[in-house]
Amino acid sequence: MIIIVNLGCTAAWWLARSPSSIIKGLSVWIRTNRVAGSCAVRVLFFFNLAHAHFILKMAAVQGGLVDANEEKDIKSEPANDTWANNNANDGRLPSASPGASAAAGAPEDQQTLLAVLQFLRKNKLTESVEILRREAGLPEDSLESKGADSSGAGSGGAAAAAGEDQPDVNVVLSAYSQQGDPVLYPVYYSGLKRFIETVLDCHRAELSQVFYPLFVHMYLELVYNNHESEAKAFFEKFCGDQECYYGDDLRILSSLSKREHMRGNETLLDFRTSKFVLRISRDSYQLLKRHLQERQNNQIWNIIQEHLYIDIFDGIPRSKGQIDAMSGSLAGEAKREANKAKVYYGLLKEPEIELPLDDEDEEAENEEGKPKKKKPKKDSMGSKSKKQDPNAPAQTRIPLPELKDSDKLDKIMYMKEATKKIRLGPDNLPSICFYSFLNAYQGLTAVDFTDDSSLIAGGFADSTVRVWSVTPKKLRKVKSAADLNLIDKESDDVLERIMDEKTASESKILHGHSGPVYGISFSPDRNYLLSSSEDGTIRLWSLLTFTCLVGYKGHNYPVWDTQFSPHGYYFISGGHDRVARLWATDHYQPLRMFSGHLADITCTRFHPNSNYVATGSSDRTIRLWDVLNGNCVRIFTGHKGPIHTLAFSPNGKFLASGATDGRVLLWDIGHGLMIGELKGHTDTVYSLRFSRDGEILASGSMDNTVRLWDATKAFDDLETDDFTAATGHIHLQDNSQELLLGTYMTKSTPVIHLHFTRRNLLLAAGAYNP
Amino acid sequence: MAEERRQKQCSVVLPTESMKAMAESVGVGQLQEESCVALSEEVSYRIKEIAQDALKFMHHGKRRKLTTSDIDNALKLKNVEPLYGFQSQEFIPFRFASGGGRELHFYEEREVDLSDIINTPLPRVPLDVSLKAHWLSIEGVQPSIPENPPPAPKEQQKAESTEPLKVVKPGQEEDATIQGKSQGATAADGKGKEKGLIRLKPRSTHELSVEQQLYYKEITEACVGSCEAKRAEALQSIATDPGLYQMLPRFSTFISEGVRVNVVQNNLALLIYLMRMVKALMDNPTLYLEKYLHELIPAVVTCIVSKQLCLRPDVDNHWALRDFAARLMAQSCKTFSTTTNNIQSRITKTFTKSWLDDKTQWTTRYGCIAGLAELGPDVIKTLILPRLAVEGARIKAVTEGPVVSNIDKIGADHVQSLLLKHCASVIAKIRPQPDNVEQYRTDFGYLGPMLCSHVMKARTQAALQAQQVNRTTLTITQPRPTLSVSQSGLSGSTGPRTPSIIKVPSSLTLMSPRPGTPSQPSPPATKYIVMATSAGAASTQQVITLSSSQSASPVTSTVPSASSTLQPLVKLESSSGPGLTGSRPMQKYIVVSLPSSASSSLEPKSSVLSTSFSSTPLEAGLKIEQSESPGVSTQSPH
Repeated sequence: MIIIVNLGCTAAWWLARSPSSIIKGLSVWIRTNRVAGSCAVRVLFFFNLAHAHFILKMAAVQGGLVDANEEKDIKSEPANDTWANNNANDGRLPSASPGASAAAGAPEDQQTLLAVLQFLRKNKLTESVEILRREAGLPEDSLESKGADSSGAGSGGAAAAAGEDQPDVNVVLSAYSQQGDPVLYPVYYSGLKRFIETVLDCHRAELSQVFYPLFVHMYLELVYNNHESEAKAFFEKFCGDQECYYGDDLRILSSLSKREHMRGNETLLDFRTSKFVLRISRDSYQLLKRHLQERQNNQIWNIIQEHLYIDIFDGIPRSKGQIDAMSGSLAGEAKREANKAKVYYGLLKEPEIELPLDDEDEEAENEEGKPKKKKPKKDSMGSKSKKQDPNAPAQTRIPLPELKDSDKLDKIMYMKEATKKIRLGPDNLPSICFYSFLNAYQGLTAVDFTDDSSLIAGGFADSTVRVWSVTPKKLRKVKSAADLNLIDKESDDVLERIMDEKTASESKILHGHSGPVYGISFSPDRNYLLSSSEDGTIRLWSLLTFTCLVGYKGHNYPVWDTQFSPHGYYFISGGHDRVARLWATDHYQPLRMFSGHLADITCTRFHPNSNYVATGSSDRTIRLWDVLNGNCVRIFTGHKGPIHTLAFSPNGKFLASGATDGRVLLWDIGHGLMIGELKGHTDTVYSLRFSRDGEILASGSMDNTVRLWDATKAFDDLETDDFTAATGHIHLQDNSQELLLGTYMTKSTPVIHLHFTRRNLLLAAGAYNP
Repeated sequence: MAEERRQKQCSVVLPTESMKAMAESVGVGQLQEESCVALSEEVSYRIKEIAQDALKFMHHGKRRKLTTSDIDNALKLKNVEPLYGFQSQEFIPFRFASGGGRELHFYEEREVDLSDIINTPLPRVPLDVSLKAHWLSIEGVQPSIPENPPPAPKEQQKAESTEPLKVVKPGQEEDATIQGKSQGATAADGKGKEKGLIRLKPRSTHELSVEQQLYYKEITEACVGSCEAKRAEALQSIATDPGLYQMLPRFSTFISEGVRVNVVQNNLALLIYLMRMVKALMDNPTLYLEKYLHELIPAVVTCIVSKQLCLRPDVDNHWALRDFAARLMAQSCKTFSTTTNNIQSRITKTFTKSWLDDKTQWTTRYGCIAGLAELGPDVIKTLILPRLAVEGARIKAVTEGPVVSNIDKIGADHVQSLLLKHCASVIAKIRPQPDNVEQYRTDFGYLGPMLCSHVMKARTQAALQAQQVNRTTLTITQPRPTLSVSQSGLSGSTGPRTPSIIKVPSSLTLMSPRPGTPSQPSPPATKYIVMATSAGAASTQQVITLSSSQSASPVTSTVPSASSTLQPLVKLESSSGPGLTGSRPMQKYIVVSLPSSASSSLEPKSSVLSTSFSSTPLEAGLKIEQSESPGVSTQSPH
């Protein structure tokens, strides 16, 4: 089963090469896979619809680059290819219930399976076909008969294996083949424009949303039907009307003027495969519908029917400001249903650890450490002490690693530090210590601090990873095996003795990647470091031996970001292939694949309770995924540029996101709402971090500034009445200036990472840019 | 309007001629026009696609500049073989050629002689990445340390002083600066708020914090104190620290008051210290001095032209102070003179007026001439040269006539040597050879013969220099055309002529951000290596030192600046004409290769070169080279 999944990502890549190399590569791959991990991996079943679609989509993307005769002949019904399918993710964690190998039962899933089988067969991957068929429990002949059946009848959406000579991409595009008079397109469009401009003010803003998707689809239709000059004229005439935040997409669109270009253009495929979602009130929708029917404007009506998803709600139409706040993503707004799922955003209960009595610790009477540590949190989170938070997931919802002795020691350290924590607030701003990377020659691409702020790691464009110690304690390697044998293993300071003093230095360089390192993350126990790179791998490094332990392969394209779970063991990665993967350090295969984003995944973050991950993407949406079942539980739209950073508040309730548009948006995870917008930065926000108590939000940007925002006030001002929650209509106050507590310019250093120490000192890092 | 522009950018396609040219270069002769059109559209589309992907890599690389490696990565993403061999760190210099009605830009690939590369001394290893921590903010207040930007940038200081009146909306002033808030903007500003729209002058707080008061006290004491080491440190602080904006009015008053008092008391040493403070203030790149010129300029002028500056005019070297102050004056004229304030013309008028006065003392006379002479060769030519004869007669009257007083005699001597020093180089430039003593005597009177000998000396010196410079200053920098040898950090005013008693700490001048006056030969401080390579012949190496002017970045003071450590990437050509080399920006080494034959052929010519930066035969020869490659610049020797 697992083979197929990996096929998803690798097949597309191989497709671009010669068929013989595909077979060779696959067979090698399958063999190694069999030997190495079949028993552990067999239990996993997470092949699903989404992956199948993913395969097809990747294949389609690649199709533009390969010769037509190498393209596969699988077809999928485009209509069911919306991203809602991703919710069909039904994986299990390894230790979760093993009875997960049931095949996707729904007929729809069956179709997809057949399509995949067909695809594999076409590429002569007989072994994989066998395995997949066995796992899915399909009879031997089902493939043949069904395939013949569907091609014969062609009904019921069974488009799995139709005419073998027609490439898949053409099917995706063929929806555009309807012929209208190209000369009439501008007439239709301006007719609609005139109508919308004359409707009542309250409807105008809502109906104006139709312009952009309509414009794009009409343009694409013109291009597809080879009306190049008309398409150009159409574009030039109306592109000025579009909202400015679609500028990037329009630029891509404008460069596309030939039917041949449409194949292999990812942006375009996104438009085609995912319906553009609009939220329109019932009144406005009726108005539009009536107008189009009166005018017999079938061209536009068809587009609206086929390519747009109109989410109709009852109530008063939204204002222009409300719409603008939420729109801007590649595929319109999120459907309201998409944000309805229950999210357990509460924190997990801290393990009970006896705090050893300590004389110098003035506050550590005879109490155990936990309530003391919770003290500051109590204030910000209300009445949460030892009681289980109703919003928290069950402690064992996902299996977390056992605490080791060293982890417990670290927790104790953390609690001790926490007692010395500074209470921050608008009147008590944090001090900022700035770590400048000198002589980095613009090559610094990623930075991370350990939680206890003792180590700092930098990823560089020259493929290296460097680790510095920022405390007087130097970095040392473990002694060689021969030397380790000589050590007295019973001695008390054995941990100290295993270190090789000769190797002590302030920094270490880790070589191994073959491309710029874009993401970097320390494990919570400070023993490991993860780095993700342009070369498509994620590497796990040991900070005891300073060597590479594992190279996780799976992404075949640049991996933009990776992060360890706050509890260790798991990590998440996301990259250019639009799929976020969840890994465990002891599995070299991903445990989960989260697919649904329509463009590169640019940043990935774990929820503090490790049960959820958030991913930000170039499609200008943020998605929250459930680690347990792989479902997408939240989709946040509103950013107008690729999202480059995410941060969860320490209490797990809120999410902050920063994008290239320089804005920071705040989200309420429980309600699935945008609750704030912080304007001030003039360039990409590369880093966001909440203070340990969640009272201050710090943001660092390419514009060489660190800004501090009053997070408490931003969240307190929140009006969470039922109406807002139900309709998702938000009223954002423009109070960025009130929330801004301070702006700190660096001389010439873009701020690419921020970190609050356990005592609430803010650390910032960036490369000095002379 | 903006829409239109964007449209144009979007629909750009490569010209079909490019397609033809490329086809020809791979051996396809006759490409049909239609295929060209199809090709160019396809290629343009693909290029745009790749550029868009490359942008992604730039964003993730946290950069603002797109690099060639981004393009490579984008190509890799598309499964296209990346381009190899274009690892240029700077822009790729395209060359331009036209002929036969066609215009072409092409990348010049020359053959490189491996032996040259092997024999080149290894470039310095670039500095390793290092980590440095500083406080960006302490409990919400940004400390004024060199690592942080100055609290009030120069533009803001300027805006405050030039647009004193602006409409302030209530509450707006709060947002203007956080600095104001943090430094305890007092209750005074609360009053302005209620009044609504009013025109008021933005306050500049003149209250100093305790630390600033302490600093001010320490610095001023050190500047006029007796310990030279402390003084150097204090002056260094004034010249480099970014946070002095608040204290500027105090410093300015301190200097002007100090001069007023000490001129009366004839305290030469203190006057010198104060002038050095002025110099340090002027060297600080973060200060907007224009606001305080009305205090500083009178003080400086006083030190130039005052009748008496010291207790014993016959023994003390007050002349050096006058020279130094005159140079300061010239510097401020250069930096601050605008059409509005007309500093230069006003100063010139003042000097000329008192010089023309017959009753003027020799000391003042000296100051006036020094002040004028420092303003440059043009001023010398128009104002001093015509009066040489008159001045000569006056000097003659003192030196050869009945002895009036010793002081007058000394004064006349100094005026004479000053005139000779400044005029000789100017005359050498504007007067044709040969130098005839009689001719000089008729033209310049008493000073004629002495001038003549000085001019001749100047000429031979210039020739000598030209010979040497001839080889050295052919800096042809590929990556950055503006780079030249004259990038010496020592400004002319503090050059070798600095009088001995005024010790300007060399670190101070090194920090000067302004490039030196190009009229001075570079004094020894930095190194550049000159190589003359000829085919087979023994290569000569010359090491000349010259100071490199680094901007006063915070890093330079603590850690060697990142930029200075870039390894000079050197390409050597031995076959082509006057050689050119590529060197990286801000380099320490300028490597020039010259076939020995070329340089030797130029040597005879160079003997007639004067120390001017007018066009010389050598430069003319270089200009051909320049026109060939637009990315190349030449700098004439001086």
